[in-house]
Amino acid sequence: MLVLKDVCKTFNRGSANEKVALQGVNLNVQDGDFITVIGGNGAGKSTMLNMISGAFPLDSGLIKIGGENVTNQPEHIRAKRIGRVFQDPMKGTAGDMWIEENLAIAMRRGKKRGLKWGVTKEERELYKKLLAPFDLGLEDRLQTKVSLLSGGQRQALTLLMATIQKPDLLLLDEHTAALDPKTAAKVLAMTDELIKENKLTAIMVTHNMKDAIKYGNRLIMMMNGKIIYDVSGEEKSNLKVSDLLKKFEISTGEEFANDRMMLV
Amino acid sequence: MELLASIMKNLPDAISLGLVWGIMAIGVYITFKVLDIADMTVDGTFALGGCMVAATVAAGWNPVLSSLLAILCGMVAGFVTGILHTKLKIPAILAGILTMLSLYSVNLMILGGKSNIGMSQFGEQSVETIPDKIAALFGISAKVTNVSIGLILAIVIIMGLYWFFGTEQGCLIRATGINEAMVKAQGGNTDSMKIVGLIIANGFVALSGALVAQIQRYGDVGMGTGTIVIGLASIIIGEVIFGTKGSFKIRIASVFFGSIIYRVIIAVVLLLGFNPNNLKLLTAVLVIAALSVPVVREHISEKKRINANMKKYEEVDTNVGA
Ligand SMILES: Nc1ncnc2c1ncn2[C@@H]1O[C@H](COP(=O)(O)OP(=O)(O)O)[C@@H](O)[C@H]1O
Ligand SMILES: [Mg+2]
Repeated sequence: MLVLKDVCKTFNRGSANEKVALQGVNLNVQDGDFITVIGGNGAGKSTMLNMISGAFPLDSGLIKIGGENVTNQPEHIRAKRIGRVFQDPMKGTAGDMWIEENLAIAMRRGKKRGLKWGVTKEERELYKKLLAPFDLGLEDRLQTKVSLLSGGQRQALTLLMATIQKPDLLLLDEHTAALDPKTAAKVLAMTDELIKENKLTAIMVTHNMKDAIKYGNRLIMMMNGKIIYDVSGEEKSNLKVSDLLKKFEISTGEEFANDRMMLV
Repeated sequence: MELLASIMKNLPDAISLGLVWGIMAIGVYITFKVLDIADMTVDGTFALGGCMVAATVAAGWNPVLSSLLAILCGMVAGFVTGILHTKLKIPAILAGILTMLSLYSVNLMILGGKSNIGMSQFGEQSVETIPDKIAALFGISAKVTNVSIGLILAIVIIMGLYWFFGTEQGCLIRATGINEAMVKAQGGNTDSMKIVGLIIANGFVALSGALVAQIQRYGDVGMGTGTIVIGLASIIIGEVIFGTKGSFKIRIASVFFGSIIYRVIIAVVLLLGFNPNNLKLLTAVLVIAALSVPVVREHISEKKRINANMKKYEEVDTNVGA
């Protein structure tokens, strides 16, 4: 479904703050895979997703989605088949527009946008139906500006926007990290439900090892711009946090004390 | 009392000028407010519209055709700035300045090397402008004609923009001005959206320049100086009066109102004996004052908070001391 071959990326090459972000990432994602990604700060997780979505060009390597070579395809063309939720709740929605306007823009992902009216009546009914299960009261506030919503509400909306046109691939970059624990758990549960219900192929970056084990069928660990551990199936479901920590220690050769990795 | 009477006498002119210049302010609104781009092209585009009309009407063209050509030229100018900004990655302000500067030469070329061309109403070389034609057609005075043209265009533009920015394309342009990352993630081409916005905006600005030239009966290569600031002044005055929370229709309409009030203010200060040479300075000061209101307000409330906080501790101190 998705193939990354020897993907490399260095930021600010040749300058004093040169940053090697990815050094030869290889990944083969099967249809229906739900992959969780963990790794320390600066390991290259976000960069990997950005390479897949086309936010930045890559230095070398190859990216294929559904058999098509998309390595040099611009971001907005690739977006036809990719749904995305960012870490920053502000990034996925247009704050100064209504909920229904945001959803209508997402509804037309990959479609031609012409001079027809931006939001139709039938759509509105659909949005109400789709928002209701989130249980946030958004279904009654279609004509509310998104900027008035909480971070959790905005992230739930972004999640719906990323999946309202079924994407070939769903990319989630620590999309619950900015939320309070209760809201985070809720958004995460809804994410899982949406993925299962629509049989989506998804890659989810998380800094919570428990979540990384609990969700998905495959787990990868990144470090220094490389995938250092890739586990799936039964082996993955039997993982424990302590196993992951051990893996980390072996790779780094030192006691695990990373800033943002959660131990619980 | 006398002043009030003179103001009333000047009111129709202030209204028609306000409405016609308001079309330019709408262009600035589209780039500055909707797209979040400070587009300096407009200074050149406004003069472009005026020069194009003056040169062609003086050469005997039908003024409607001339005005349409002016709009088209304005749209091309917007397109050029759009390409410079999105494809050549030149910062928006600089891209606009570059187009504006080029337009100065282009406008001189249009005027055949002269700095202005008149469209005289009388004598052997008399020509007809759009207001002349309408006044003759309906047998109404020039004042009534100008106000009617401005009013009808304003209503058409308000309705038209309300429709356009409600369409799929229009929604995407608005979203581009708010959050580019979101638009890209939803498969929208933000470069195209900016270019389309700049084209539409500069079309409006050129139309405004074309109409102003016809009303004042000449086109001048320098008539666009400070256009963007006048546009901003109109937008800000409209916001001060009608707020920023209203629906899109109200916000567009308030730009026209702001533009009219701007003209009234100008008329009043001129009647009070203000030197016309200082008008641009006055306009700039007006915009600076309006832009600084939120900053000053923030500063004052911050000061209050700090003082209240210190006071609390002073009280605690005296209590402890006692
Ligand atoms: N836009 C960018 N410009 C410069 N450096 C960047 C940029 N994005 C990421 N980096 C650098 O690339 C490395 C990997 O970052 P990132 O992929 O964000 O890590 P992670 O998401 O795993 O925390 C870091 O050293 C980071 O500083
Ligand atoms: Mg990251």
